[in-house]
Amino acid sequence: MKLIIATIKPFKLEDVRQALSAIGVRGMMVHEIKGFGAQSGHTEIYRGAEYEVNYVPKVKLEIAVPASMAEQVMETIAETAKTGRIGDGKIFALDLTHAMRVRTGETGEVAL
Amino acid sequence: MRLKTFARIGLPIAAIALPQMGVAQEADTTPLNGEIGYIFTTFMFLVSGFLVFFMAAGFAMLEAGLVRGKNVAMQLTKNVALFSLASVFFYLLGYNLMYPGDGWTISGVLGAFAITGLEPVGLEGAEPDLTYASVGSDFFFQLMFAAATASIVSGALAERIKLWPFLVFVMVLTAVIYPIQASWKWGGGFLDAMGFQDFAGSTVVHSVGGWAALTGAIILGPRMGKYKDGRVTPFPGSNLALATLGTFILWLGWFGFNGGSQLYMDTAANVTDISRIFSNTNIAAASGAIAALVLTQLMYKKPDLTMILNGALAGLVSITAEPLTPTLIEATLIGAVGGVIVVFAVPMLDRFKIDDVVGAIPVHLCAGIWGTLAVAFTNDAANFGTQLVSILIVGAFVVVASSVVWLVLKSVVGLRVDEEAEINGLDMAELGMEAYPEFAKA
Repeated sequence: MKLIIATIKPFKLEDVRQALSAIGVRGMMVHEIKGFGAQSGHTEIYRGAEYEVNYVPKVKLEIAVPASMAEQVMETIAETAKTGRIGDGKIFALDLTHAMRVRTGETGEVAL
Repeated sequence: MRLKTFARIGLPIAAIALPQMGVAQEADTTPLNGEIGYIFTTFMFLVSGFLVFFMAAGFAMLEAGLVRGKNVAMQLTKNVALFSLASVFFYLLGYNLMYPGDGWTISGVLGAFAITGLEPVGLEGAEPDLTYASVGSDFFFQLMFAAATASIVSGALAERIKLWPFLVFVMVLTAVIYPIQASWKWGGGFLDAMGFQDFAGSTVVHSVGGWAALTGAIILGPRMGKYKDGRVTPFPGSNLALATLGTFILWLGWFGFNGGSQLYMDTAANVTDISRIFSNTNIAAASGAIAALVLTQLMYKKPDLTMILNGALAGLVSITAEPLTPTLIEATLIGAVGGVIVVFAVPMLDRFKIDDVVGAIPVHLCAGIWGTLAVAFTNDAANFGTQLVSILIVGAFVVVASSVVWLVLKSVVGLRVDEEAEINGLDMAELGMEAYPEFAKA
């Protein structure tokens, strides 16, 4: 099992969800986050005083999938979230050792 | 007793019942000609009074929007508490200190010490002053101005002052400090005798709130982290929609504030003057906002909404000292200068490390001084010298009186919350509740 973690531009969330549903992803966790990467910060002015905006808003997805699906999920996210402009985000994958469905107590891939 | 017949108009059932009681005066339901002026002026005071009352909501929303989310519930608490305390303390002491009539304690300087009394119910046994308005309407209207003065202070000192010392200051401000200086002009005291002109209170109300806010902000000190390593750290407001709503509410309330200060609506001339005041008041606010919009665009490359809101309010404060005599174009210019003043005064206060959370000092003090001086441009009864001297006298009195109160409170109970409370926010530290709870107990 793999846990895919992706950060994307917030307005791409709905496109990515639709594309993932189409390839059979049955659930995901979504967080509103802020962060920085290559996009880095910029300065703004509030009431005459400059300040740095170091964190830009992103949406973070966490998706647990069978290992066999991981590549496809990552590619699908990359294709749909891409605008070609700076700040499109990152995708990571971690090995997932355990999973359990709370309602039934099932464990392993059937719990995903 | 004439007013008893007048009361029947509102109660037709009583009017119908009267003939059975053998009272043969049923034709006498028309108010006497001599009462019409009294009725209209009183009615005007009541409408203006509740418009100015609504400004309390305006201040509350403006301040709630411009403080950080962790201090919103406390800011709202301060606003509702200060208005309520102002209502009681202006009744207990303020009103008669401000309007002593012939009962000055020290002629022209210190008014009367007496609790406010209203007319008897139904004017039983009382002869109203038919050339003016009811005491009840006048008291109601004037009380709103005292409360507005206190509202000005709360915004400047937000996010770090303790609740109770602030409220004690409000009591002293509305019971004593505001009414005493207001009596000098509006109560017929020595500033009035000198020829000082302040129609609706650029100085008497706004600069007084501004001076009290300024002394408070200096004695209290800035919010933690505001001025660090020689730089200004902005703390963006939590809800600019509320701040904008608050500004529009204040703008609306101002029509009562300035319009009601005509004090009479008993003739065609007076009601026409009130219309002129409404128009001038509106256009001064508009031009103040436009000035701030254009200026922040030019200076910062992007317009600053909070400055535009301050600009509208500064336009309103600027026209308050004389909303009647200017032509529309003069009112436009007077308001625009107010908007310009705000855009420069906000960063200037920051350079002096005076932390004014909502811009109360630039809006109410700086634009208040400008508006008071500008009276001399359009009103022949005013001259710069008298205006300036009066501004300085009122300023000196309020600065000294406020400083004494702030310093006594500081040494006796302390003014500031402790560091941990300031970091965690006054909502949780002092109230144990949040304006915007993140995790609802579903």
